[in-house]
Amino acid sequence: MELTGAQILLESLKQEGVKHIFGFPGGAVIDIYDELPKHQIEHFLVRHEQGAVHAADGYARSTGKVGVCLVTSGPGATNTVTGIATAYMDSIPVVIFTGQVPTALIGNDAFQEVDIVGITRPCTKHNYLVKDVRDLARTIKEAFYIASTGRPGPVLVDLPKDVMQARTEFKYPKTISLRSYNPNYTPNKKQVKKAARLISKAEKPLIYSGGGVISSHAGEIMTRLARRFSLPVTSTLMGLGAFPGNDPLWLGMLGMHGTYAANMAVNNSDVLISMGARFDDRVTGKVSTFAPRARIIHIDIDPTSIRKNVNVHIPIVSDCLNALKALEEELEELEGINWEEKHSNWVRTVKGWREEHPVKYETGETGRIKPQYVMEQIYELTRGEAIICTEVGQNQMWAAQFYKYHSPRTWLSSGGLGTMGYGFPAAIGAQVANPDKLVIDIAGDGSIQMNIQEMATAVCYKLPVKIIILNNSYLGMVRQWQELFYNKNYCATCLDTAPDFVKLAEAYGAEGYLVEKTEDVVPVLTKVFASPKTCIVDVRVEPEENVYPMVPAGASLTEMLLV
Amino acid sequence: MRHVLSVLVENEPGVLSRVAGLFSGRGFNIDSLNVGPTLEKGVSLMTISTHGDEQIIEQIIKQLRKVITVIKVVDLSDAKAVEREMVLIKLNATDSSRAEILRIVDIFRCKVVDVSTDELTLEVTGDHGKINALVSLLQRFGIKEFARTGTVAMRRSMQL
Ligand SMILES: Cc1ncc(C[n+]2csc(CCOP(=O)(O)OP(=O)(O)O)c2C)c(N)n1
Ligand SMILES: [Mg+2]
Repeated sequence: MELTGAQILLESLKQEGVKHIFGFPGGAVIDIYDELPKHQIEHFLVRHEQGAVHAADGYARSTGKVGVCLVTSGPGATNTVTGIATAYMDSIPVVIFTGQVPTALIGNDAFQEVDIVGITRPCTKHNYLVKDVRDLARTIKEAFYIASTGRPGPVLVDLPKDVMQARTEFKYPKTISLRSYNPNYTPNKKQVKKAARLISKAEKPLIYSGGGVISSHAGEIMTRLARRFSLPVTSTLMGLGAFPGNDPLWLGMLGMHGTYAANMAVNNSDVLISMGARFDDRVTGKVSTFAPRARIIHIDIDPTSIRKNVNVHIPIVSDCLNALKALEEELEELEGINWEEKHSNWVRTVKGWREEHPVKYETGETGRIKPQYVMEQIYELTRGEAIICTEVGQNQMWAAQFYKYHSPRTWLSSGGLGTMGYGFPAAIGAQVANPDKLVIDIAGDGSIQMNIQEMATAVCYKLPVKIIILNNSYLGMVRQWQELFYNKNYCATCLDTAPDFVKLAEAYGAEGYLVEKTEDVVPVLTKVFASPKTCIVDVRVEPEENVYPMVPAGASLTEMLLV
Repeated sequence: MRHVLSVLVENEPGVLSRVAGLFSGRGFNIDSLNVGPTLEKGVSLMTISTHGDEQIIEQIIKQLRKVITVIKVVDLSDAKAVEREMVLIKLNATDSSRAEILRIVDIFRCKVVDVSTDELTLEVTGDHGKINALVSLLQRFGIKEFARTGTVAMRRSMQL
């Protein structure tokens, strides 16, 4: 039977197992929306297309499945760009369908025409313009395949209106093979052997894990490996949750706002085992002094990550899961090593650093609420079992430092792009995917206003997301840099005209709470976490609190400013 | 160091801008770029000459391989290769200089492809070095137009 392009799109989504999509309609995609009600797919109408992509991204991060969104041509398409770049920088599998003007009008500056394939070429893993309805099903299959395999990433498919109306026989391809795309999942045995041997000779080994461990579902095996062979663990911002934050071998995050113990361990380690991390500048600080005593083993599925910033001694191109399985086997084969004993000095040393300078804060004299205290209480109240999304800035760093993540996919934060406005729509996506979980967005008073319109989405679909605003009346992270490095010239960072967030919540039909005293934090949060509704909690925190430790940009990891 | 990369690509509409965008977006250099169809339907060959230190060239090659529509990348600098480019050069040729120019044409095995009372147009093929040498010799006569294809290259059969 012949189907229209719109029908083929929706049938193909069904074949891909897609149950939820996030979107916003317009003229170029009206055929698809016309068809949508006849299908089992649940559509969530966002209030801005950026929100649709972040929601699909949060859906993907919290589940490991591909997130999907659908928007119209022109402004609908351009509004997705920040969301796409966010997903690209963090390697998140998302498929974005954009409407396009009819093929005959492409290139004519038609109404609501933009070259979205051209615009998004540098921030997608791949993208397509479908010019012939006969290519549609195969293109969709390829898009999902490319988005979710290898190093995952966003794929955009541009759909001209006439292609959605044209008809052809529908047959969804069962398999595909692309001669130019075959990601390598299995490690080179020799390299793994070499790595095992190097680890067996190490006195001060350290695991440095990143987002790749989470995307390849390798958290569990990494945890087993670390415990079995007595290897302390630090991770990037993206890697939080892969290793339990309450384990004695956990050192906390490394890098610019990393812990003293993690940064000291990197500096002293003799074998650094990097898993699914990419030596980003926020992690390494001054590259030439990064891990100066270490031989480096680098496991990554993307060959371009290897030796991009840092010279490595044993590169292993592989999916983390397979590489860690192979490494575990090789390490088990080495006989006569009492790992716990072999690393006991080192483990004692790193624990010493942790006790010497734990992440901490001064309980000041001002009587104002400390943002770090709020995070600690959120951890206590949720027992580490919530899904925590964040905005960007100080709020994000406190959420990374003062909440202990117990399992993968419970920490959703824009790492690579640092997108203010990410957290709340991502929380919506995560809540759609995890209806029974408590989903919290840790927000700043600045960031939350970047996608506040999604309150309507959350309320409309009865998604009980909790927004906790750590309200310091500043673009706090920028203010912190101005304080420390720009003579306190607080230019354009004071947000003293904020909306009344309680009224704002109520205006959207949600619940709003104002918290101004430390003793009210726990009672209000307790109530909010039990509420079945979307809630905003406006917590007025110490306005000029800073995030510490801090390694100034471009400095070595050991040059930490401490509390 | 200068490297010549042979890049086999799917011949889809965006492929040139994917490759060119990769170079500009990451701050890599393109010294010349040549594209043409191959004998296999739907496949084109790009020959890119570029320069950079070892680590940069390694990144360029890896990044090219990562582009979904790139099928194969070979660094011809790793092997013995035949390398050619073609150039058309239009230059001033007065009665007094014409003979000298034609002598150079002979030595470099160029061809005269167009002529007028005061100009000559030459066609020349050769590797990078030969072309540069010729250009420096001809410069003094006054080069009026210059069109260069960029390098195409191929591995030699015998790698001695
Ligand atoms: C879209 C976007 N614009 C600008 C920035 C630069 N920036 C980084 S942190 C920050 C301040 C964020 O303020 P707020 O949300 O109140 O968080 P706080 O640091 O105060 O916790 C800014 C402006 C950014 N990361 N993203
Ligand atoms: Mg703020």
